[in-house]
Amino acid sequence: MTSTSSDILGLFFAVCGLMFTLTLFGEVLSARGGEDNPVVETFKTRLRSWWGMVILFTLALIAGKVGIIVLFAFASFAALREFLTLTNKRQADHLALALGFFVVLPLQYLFVGLDWQALYTVFIPVYAFLMLPVVSALRGNSDRFLIRVAETQWALMIAVFCMSHVPALLMIDVAGYPADRGVLLIAFLVMVVQFGDLLDFFFGRRIGKTRIIPNLSAKTWEGMACGVASAAIIGGLLAWMTPFGIGGAVAMAALASTAGMFGNLVFAAIKADRGVKDWSHLIPGQGGFTDQLDSVIFAAPIFYHVTHLIWG
Amino acid sequence: MSLPRRFAAKIVGQAIALFARFITAVRADWRGIEPVNKQRVYFANHVSNADMPMIWSCMPPNIRRDVRPVAAADYWLKNKLRAFVGPEVFNCVLVDRRPEARDENHDPMQNILDALDDGSSLIIFPEGNRNMTEDPLLPFKSGLFNMGKARPDVDLVPTWIANVTAIMPKGEVIPLPLICTVTFGEPIHVEDGETKDAFLARASNALVDLAPSREDRL
Repeated sequence: MTSTSSDILGLFFAVCGLMFTLTLFGEVLSARGGEDNPVVETFKTRLRSWWGMVILFTLALIAGKVGIIVLFAFASFAALREFLTLTNKRQADHLALALGFFVVLPLQYLFVGLDWQALYTVFIPVYAFLMLPVVSALRGNSDRFLIRVAETQWALMIAVFCMSHVPALLMIDVAGYPADRGVLLIAFLVMVVQFGDLLDFFFGRRIGKTRIIPNLSAKTWEGMACGVASAAIIGGLLAWMTPFGIGGAVAMAALASTAGMFGNLVFAAIKADRGVKDWSHLIPGQGGFTDQLDSVIFAAPIFYHVTHLIWG
Repeated sequence: MSLPRRFAAKIVGQAIALFARFITAVRADWRGIEPVNKQRVYFANHVSNADMPMIWSCMPPNIRRDVRPVAAADYWLKNKLRAFVGPEVFNCVLVDRRPEARDENHDPMQNILDALDDGSSLIIFPEGNRNMTEDPLLPFKSGLFNMGKARPDVDLVPTWIANVTAIMPKGEVIPLPLICTVTFGEPIHVEDGETKDAFLARASNALVDLAPSREDRL
């Protein structure tokens, strides 16, 4: 067993232990009369879907590079479907949208898999950005044209481009950091962002007072500060997974968590605009894939590029 | 129907339901009724040939077993494949829409009432044809009123199917994998002394009320 796979296994057991503790904690809260408490219920349903995520994610980590890329390609597909269900479109966009699903999305993940960095960092922001509106325009319906193409591009940027920067972390080349440890860097990003969110939720309910955007999101400044601080501490503890060193890992965790939390607010604004509470129903009791991954989606490209800038 | 054919019909039915779930993640929103096996007439808006398979796919198996879509004989008997899928997989009640077929020992309404008397539930499209206009619904044909009057105990359930036009507009080849939602509203009945026009207007409103508001925003 290589040191990377034993680290993955160790990490899996540590996460399982932690999740088990949290599950027990949730059960204790319910047993102590919190059964009808919606906060406890939310906490427990979230934990349940996280168990699913942990298991899927670990399987993908074990399968290696291809497993991770396929997993995130499917997550992109689900998120793109949720996003485009809510956007403005006309029949004239049909071909452009079909190209988005069945050509742009698979190509983006293929480019990531082949490590063609010069292509996967510009394919959607340049080529898809210019070409898909051409396909729509050729069909000749100009009704709300700018809104239609802009919303389609936004969907592709978020659901495909940003999301694909998570598996793109596999390809980062840092001196002195073995190439096969890229999977651990992904685990680091996902964990600090998700635990930051969980602790933001927890502290927000406990001590949160000042809502960041009243009427839009339950997020509070107090909860966010505690969440980011917790993410930074967790990042420090997980520094061995990264090439950053302890100080660097703390800073990167705080950066990713902050980006993720503001991303969550952006998504809350989009949902409010479209008059929906959740992106979809695909994860039972949890809403959609986009609800579950919004902060990771927002954090991934920033995390990727800052890593490149400083350590690459 | 022979056993192998019945088996094949079951497999094809499962495959269609699975495909619909994979492509459109079709979801049922049981807003006005419980998903239980009770005799009902589900009346739905009709914009695409994919409507009926979508509604059928999102029903739980215990409801699907006893539900029979009412469909046009001229469409489903056109070739052997359709004649297998329509009458055997979906267990359609076929009606002949041509006026000249009406007099000779074929009364479409009688077929429908026979199916109801057998205890089946039905899926019908009271607009009669696919709606190609910008309006949410075409004027309803009288069939819904006639069956509501003849069998007043049966629940008439408005069923709104959203997004199918975007998934597969007429003339396109590739379906888009967008999310399709089927909303079941509160059942209605023909009231004593209610006229045909008044009832059909009420039924039509009950159905349009289920449409997501976002669709009429544009």
